[in-house]
Amino acid sequence: MGALDGLALGFGHALTIPNLGWALLGCFLGTAIGVLPGIGPALTIALLLPITFTVSATGAFILFCGIFYGAMYGGSTTSILLNTPGESGSIITALEGAKMARNGRAGPALATSAIGSFVAGTVGTLGLAFLGPVIVEYALQLGPAEYFSLMVLCFVTVSAVLGGSALRGLTSLGFGLLLGLVGIDLQTGQPRLTFGIPELLDGVNVVLVAVALFAVGETLHLAWRHVEGPQEVRPVGKIMMSRSDLRRSFWPWLRGAGLGFPFGVLPAGGSEMPTMLSYYAERKLASPDAQREFGTTGAIEGVAGPEAANNAAAAGVLVPMLTLGLPTSATAAIMLSAFQSYGIQPGPLLFTAQAELVWTLIASLFIANVMLVVLNLPLVGLWARILKIPQPQLYAGILVFATIGTYGISNSVVDLMLLYGIGIVAMFMRRFDFPVAPVVIGMILGPMAEQAMRQALTISQGDWSTFVTRPVSLVILLIAVAALAGPRLYGAWVRRVAAT
Amino acid sequence: MSGGSRPDRADLGAGLFVLGLGGLAMWQTLVIPASPLYAQVGPTLVPALVSAALLVLGALLTVSALRGGWSAGIEEVAEAPPAIPRSLGLLLAGLLANLVLIGPLGFTIAASAQFVLVAAAFGSRAHLRNLGIAVVVSLGAYTLFVKALGVNIGAGLVEGLIFGVPE
Repeated sequence: MGALDGLALGFGHALTIPNLGWALLGCFLGTAIGVLPGIGPALTIALLLPITFTVSATGAFILFCGIFYGAMYGGSTTSILLNTPGESGSIITALEGAKMARNGRAGPALATSAIGSFVAGTVGTLGLAFLGPVIVEYALQLGPAEYFSLMVLCFVTVSAVLGGSALRGLTSLGFGLLLGLVGIDLQTGQPRLTFGIPELLDGVNVVLVAVALFAVGETLHLAWRHVEGPQEVRPVGKIMMSRSDLRRSFWPWLRGAGLGFPFGVLPAGGSEMPTMLSYYAERKLASPDAQREFGTTGAIEGVAGPEAANNAAAAGVLVPMLTLGLPTSATAAIMLSAFQSYGIQPGPLLFTAQAELVWTLIASLFIANVMLVVLNLPLVGLWARILKIPQPQLYAGILVFATIGTYGISNSVVDLMLLYGIGIVAMFMRRFDFPVAPVVIGMILGPMAEQAMRQALTISQGDWSTFVTRPVSLVILLIAVAALAGPRLYGAWVRRVAAT
Repeated sequence: MSGGSRPDRADLGAGLFVLGLGGLAMWQTLVIPASPLYAQVGPTLVPALVSAALLVLGALLTVSALRGGWSAGIEEVAEAPPAIPRSLGLLLAGLLANLVLIGPLGFTIAASAQFVLVAAAFGSRAHLRNLGIAVVVSLGAYTLFVKALGVNIGAGLVEGLIFGVPE
């Protein structure tokens, strides 16, 4: 199905009252949790996974994607008004945004980030709609060997390329892979890594791990080293953009969107890199007058560009998720497990087997974008008020909901112990700068990679060379090796050149 | 990264922990019973690979820690405010309270105890007000999850009084 037919089908289904309701609920919830520091979309969607038992797949995914997009909008509000980035993608926004807010220009900063998010979200979603079917065409020809290699590439990029250190990233990935292995081996029925505990035979629940990493670990870390006293929320002022603000924001929006989307699509998904690149690009390209505002009074270009890049990257992350079944961010990994809980096999067949679901989802993303920009501009006062919830009660509440989310799965105290145990590990991971996202991705993608590997080896009758004799697989593996070793070799080369 | 030559004790602990995790995983891999079914790749291969990888990574982290560690070079870690043991203790007490109480007394009491202790950990001193908020929040959450979503999250004393004893 082409993109236009697909969109026509999708809008037909998305513009019904229940689906519009799910989108609105998702946008509202998403913005709220995006605004709140300490909770992100991955945690929220994990906590809402139980609704997959009662709500239709279409409704649930519209809700989840609304939350996903909404969190991106909300995160910028926190960055600007509180100077504490709510999400990793809005760290850069805080640089200039908070400075603008300190100089009484919070209104234009919020407006440019909301409109920029809308522009980039729309561009990114269009990219998803038109690029998706094309990728699916190619992906349908991939066998298990190529899939395994793709997953290896995905592992390498999320753990070794992004983040501070390949060593610590790969350790996080290993921890995640280990968690994914716990339970009965589906192919042979053998219990693995269960320590003889019967509760572990079914494996470790994804929700539990997500909640432990994102809620318990985060709360423990903050309690360990928090700063007493309330934080200062800057006043919002008037949400207005002058003509010059608009003129200065327009190109950064488009450039940011253009930068962010490809980064999201690549298996190196993540919003830190495109937002940072966009920031430096805008800083270089700004007029001399505007350049003086960078780092002093806050330049609007430095908010518009990165914020657009952030949202376009978020839309881009959905491309490998929906077309290949490859999650490249923690949130996408949780959404993938929601597909599994519906018994839907994510992968290239999704676009054909679940055409209605996929296109309704994409159409809902356009609708969600419109809702979000409408929701955000006039309601920004409400979001600013959410920021005034005092820390103690906020984190106490988060932990209560985290417990519900986990205990509700199985009513088992063993699960609660696991939750708190992994939470304590996550606290130390924060302390020692081990990234958390590779844990979730390793845990969800690991079993799929193992299955693909075994299928490939069954087809090749145990011949390991299948991964390097099939050309596509070889190329993907070579890219993975280059991604792992490239930066190191380059660094060594630079040092040698500098030494001579 | 390896600027100083003095070992970083904390980082050394992290490296040894990863090494221990790898060892634990390897032990569990070795006790996986041999599969009675024929498979091209048995159930032990991937666990063995992951365990071995963790052992190698743990060893590398340990070496890195002995050479001065990595924490000192990370701004966020080096400039973090000092640890507050009292807060951490209160928070862990909150987790433990929930763990112990949720079985015998049910969700609302366990969650309320947890809420008050966690709020105290973050420096709140209005314990009675927190208790009030806790009861409202946890009862609200209970109603939402059990009545609206049909997810059982642990009925107990308070829930029984309000909604009747579940069958």
